[in-house]
Amino acid sequence: MANEVCFKNHHLDKPWTLQAYQSTGGYDVWKKILNKKTQADEIISELKTSCLRGRGGAGFPTGLKWSFMPRNAPGEKYIVCNSDEGEPGTFKDRDILRYNPHALIEGMAIAGYTMGASVGYNYIRGEFWEPYEHFETAVKEARAAGLLGKNILGSGIDFELYTHLGGGAYICGEETALLESIEGKKGQPRFKPPFPASYGLFGRPTTINNTETLASIPSILQNGGKWFLEIGKPNNGGAKLFSVSGHVNKPGNYEVPLGTPFAELLEMAGGMRDGNKIKAVIPGGSSTPMLPGDVMMDVNMDYDSIAKAGSMLGAGSVIVMDEKTCIVKALARISYFYYEESCGQCTPCREGTGWLSRVVNRIENGAGRPEDIDLLLDVSKKIEGRTICGLGDAAAMPVSGAIKHFRDEFQYHVDHKKCMVSAA
Amino acid sequence: MTLSSKDAQTLSATQSPAQSKKAKAANSKLDLLSQNVCAEIDQWLAKYPADWSISASMPALRIVQDSNGGYLTTDLMDAIAEYLDVPAISIYEVATFYSMYELKPVGRHKICVCTNISCMLCGSDEIVSHLKSKLGIGFGEMTGDGKFSLKEVECLAACGGAPMMQIGREYYENLTTEKVDEILNKLA
Repeated sequence: MANEVCFKNHHLDKPWTLQAYQSTGGYDVWKKILNKKTQADEIISELKTSCLRGRGGAGFPTGLKWSFMPRNAPGEKYIVCNSDEGEPGTFKDRDILRYNPHALIEGMAIAGYTMGASVGYNYIRGEFWEPYEHFETAVKEARAAGLLGKNILGSGIDFELYTHLGGGAYICGEETALLESIEGKKGQPRFKPPFPASYGLFGRPTTINNTETLASIPSILQNGGKWFLEIGKPNNGGAKLFSVSGHVNKPGNYEVPLGTPFAELLEMAGGMRDGNKIKAVIPGGSSTPMLPGDVMMDVNMDYDSIAKAGSMLGAGSVIVMDEKTCIVKALARISYFYYEESCGQCTPCREGTGWLSRVVNRIENGAGRPEDIDLLLDVSKKIEGRTICGLGDAAAMPVSGAIKHFRDEFQYHVDHKKCMVSAA
Repeated sequence: MTLSSKDAQTLSATQSPAQSKKAKAANSKLDLLSQNVCAEIDQWLAKYPADWSISASMPALRIVQDSNGGYLTTDLMDAIAEYLDVPAISIYEVATFYSMYELKPVGRHKICVCTNISCMLCGSDEIVSHLKSKLGIGFGEMTGDGKFSLKEVECLAACGGAPMMQIGREYYENLTTEKVDEILNKLA
């Protein structure tokens, strides 16, 4: 079982066109909702049944999130799609935008209807020019077919959809930083509360969902929440896109049921490159703690199983590292990323990410001091939970994860001023 | 950073924020923005509520940067601020916060190489040293003829095609040193 939700049209010729999308029942759900004026509660209840959890990384139940919106409150409300894909290892939303943009458009329209919003924004990272063009073309097609705009298909319902392009900042994937960015400001996360559902974009109630989450909605409502749930497993409904990269033969996106054994996913991705042994896996994007390869070989790919193994499913961004990988070097690169991308607003993150990056870097370059490994753990602890948004935690978790499982490599670097892997 | 409600009242769907102000401003820098640039910015302005012209700061910076050979000057940022009728500092803030805006001249082809984890695992170090020696420049530098500049970037979400780079609007994936040569040779 693969490619049943966001990738279900992948086998078609030009799957991004309106014609291809409609050939597999695309926009049927939207038309039915417009025609029957389906109750919002009914839609939300179906989503709750499906156990769809946010695909951007946090895994928050989508049905519950939608229920927070004051949909009958007067005035404008907004639906925002987070296509600011940028967590290292993640490249799934790019393919949804390129190959199945109409599923996202239909999902956003349904979201707008359900939550009483007549305007939606899709925030696409600025570097994604080709995906942006595909998405814009699809929006034009949908508008021309009368599926977006004013009084859609004579229903009296309006929904307009716009794209906002980012300017290069990982932090804008944090939902309130993203809102700031649509408001034309620096992408610095907001204090919460108030949460976006009460005070969001332009000060109005707003719900932000990830691209994959929204693109999954039409299939769920087409086939029923139970259908989706049963693809996966309890509390981990549906299929999920896994972006597999690193030392595998066939890196790429694989849409498989949640709960699929990692070993199977690895096999789909062509197995290990050059016949090397697997050493470590980052299961959910660079912010999630890495796990030893042998642990991963016994883990299933769902939120609960990965959590039990000591990491997180995140956005399903699986980075595979073989036996020749220096863990210290890998961590140095990841730590530099968070240092580079910290918005600078909170002291523990602004200063702490710099400390992490500099200390890992000096260990990597043979200048590590005996106390450095514990220093890293100490700095990590002092960042975690002390910042406005999750970037601080995201910087800290890979550090403590790498040291937990590969402390000997860090120690070897410190003691011998060289790498254990290349020395072997 | 937002317009006052009084300012907002002067706006209408067909009038850009600065048009009413244009006549008043002495030493106006609005002339630095061509008609085409203004028309393009207006298309983006139409996406946001009328009293949120600041929302168009990012598209405006990109459009103006593209029309100026890939970089922004203080005068151009001032012109954008004037056009959107927002304080200049709010434009500077945005231009300095986001990595895609350039505040000094760049090459005709800006080569952005990802060196993040997945690209690193798949050999971006080799791609970077090849580019540096081939072009004779380091990160943040431009070739003497102004043809190329080189920039290290963070993850561009194409890890399945690692190692990768972006030149202009194009992504180039599954790079090898031979492929890099081929790509660069084709660029005018």
